[in-house]
Amino acid sequence: MNEVFDYNLIDWSRGQFALTAIYHWIFVPLTLGLAFIVAIMHTFYYKTGSQAWKKTTKFWMTLFGINFAIGVATGIILEFEFGTNWSNYSWFVGDIFGAPLAVEGIMAFFLESTFIAVMFFGWDKVSKGFHVTASWLTAFGASLSALWILVANAWMQFPTGMHFNPDTARNEMGSFWEVLFSPVAINKFLHTISSAYLLASIFIIGVSAWYLLKGRNVAFARRSIVVAVVFGLITSIYTIVTGDGSARQVAQKQPMKFAAMEGLYRGQEGAGLVAIGLMATNANDPNNENIKDFAFKIEIPNLLSYMAYYDFNAFIPGIKDLMDGNEAQGIPPVTEKIIRGKMAIQALSDYKMARQAGNDSVALQAKQVLDENFKYFGYGYFESDPDRLVPSVPLSFYSFHLMVALGMFFFFLMIIIMVLLFKRRLETSRFWLRVAIWTIPLAYLASQSGWVTAEMGRQPWVIQDLMPTMVAVSQIDAGAVQITFWLFAALFTTLLIAELKIMFKQIHIGPKDGGK
Amino acid sequence: MLFLDKFTSSNNDTVRTNIFRRIFRFYYEGFRSMTVGKQLWAIILIKLFIMFAVLKLFFFRDTLGTRFDTDEERSNYVIEQLTK
Repeated sequence: MNEVFDYNLIDWSRGQFALTAIYHWIFVPLTLGLAFIVAIMHTFYYKTGSQAWKKTTKFWMTLFGINFAIGVATGIILEFEFGTNWSNYSWFVGDIFGAPLAVEGIMAFFLESTFIAVMFFGWDKVSKGFHVTASWLTAFGASLSALWILVANAWMQFPTGMHFNPDTARNEMGSFWEVLFSPVAINKFLHTISSAYLLASIFIIGVSAWYLLKGRNVAFARRSIVVAVVFGLITSIYTIVTGDGSARQVAQKQPMKFAAMEGLYRGQEGAGLVAIGLMATNANDPNNENIKDFAFKIEIPNLLSYMAYYDFNAFIPGIKDLMDGNEAQGIPPVTEKIIRGKMAIQALSDYKMARQAGNDSVALQAKQVLDENFKYFGYGYFESDPDRLVPSVPLSFYSFHLMVALGMFFFFLMIIIMVLLFKRRLETSRFWLRVAIWTIPLAYLASQSGWVTAEMGRQPWVIQDLMPTMVAVSQIDAGAVQITFWLFAALFTTLLIAELKIMFKQIHIGPKDGGK
Repeated sequence: MLFLDKFTSSNNDTVRTNIFRRIFRFYYEGFRSMTVGKQLWAIILIKLFIMFAVLKLFFFRDTLGTRFDTDEERSNYVIEQLTK
């Protein structure tokens, strides 16, 4: 096995995928959340017949439409990249990735594409009941689309419900339901969509706060904030609860990622949760950019153990335990996994040659070795550099803690806004109105930080334990990847500028007749 | 008359012959009456053109699909990549 990889190609391919995914995710969460809030507002109009609610619904529907139009199909580029830049990966995952994406395509097409037209064009043309139903189906359709993408992503973090076919080098789905209802998929879906709903609530509160600061469209702004703050408070609580569930899944299924997220080098029983920490170069290993000590930290004793296993004294493995092994805790060293991974890779090669030679008994033996060691398949590529099995600890730690801190801040902001609103002091609380406006970019920052944690924290794996990123990449010219990287950067930046320009213009215009 | 009222009509043939026209008119009038939407549709169409007619055609060919003719060749290549 020749472990020479073109890291220039790998880094550009990763960078390109990250750029596309980050830009795509700027548009998606607002679409997911605004769709629901618009449906709620539309329902108020349906129930009351009030023109004020109609204008409120139409205004936010317009902003939803702008975001939807600019963002739609940006995700397709990710699928282009799978086929071109990640062809080994695309082949290896087989129908596991293809099936959820196909379902997503069908659902997105039939639900979103059909009902979004009724939602926008249906005013006074279809019955009110059908119209409001279309709004709700658009909202559910958008979230259902997200479900299938997130199921596919969850499978990469926790591959389950499949078996590997050595004849085709593809994973084949054994149980669709196991893939769909894997605990990682459920938690990932619930956490991601609830955070998207929260982001949309923050967006509406922020824009409405701007109107209140300007003294424009006051009744409309208050009406919008009432819906958004209730929806935002509920979804902020749900985001925290599902985030807790998601972290627990990471602790159990991806312990290295969990250790990196917490900056935990040495495992311990009754591990404390670092609430605030500042990383600095390790005095014992100053040249290692990845392994850093805490220069400063505030730790809550035993809480990490409780979070991960509902047991204040549970053992949480650190990076060192996972790398060097911990016999007392039954954790094998990576050297053992690397040996078993190499055995699996060799067995695949032997199997293929035996099949080509028509030697069935050797093929059978090789397949047995492959099956026994397949769960360590990806480790076989790390013999020369096992340190690559550790993700970037500072990046994982900071992105995770930033997301958590902002998530808690959003929860408290919702409470504050709600109290001010119901005490009828919101219009005069200029400080909190300004805070609400500046919280809009923070919501995007939190959302992106969550993905950075999820995707950078799981490195070096593209499929946990089975396929490292460096093996997944296509052997194509790195220069071509660089060109497309910059093309995407230009295209997406143009789209983002267009979105901001059109949206700011509509916000400046405001709702029809001030939303009265 | 509202859109769905037509479905309650007793004359099914009339419904069948008119339904496509009514759907067409629904979309046609919807698109015609758009204000911000026209600008958005222009962006969508330009974006889709760049994505499918430029990026997909010239930069994002299916690596395995274009290099090999059969699935067997593709799987042999991937196994070679995995085990080299």
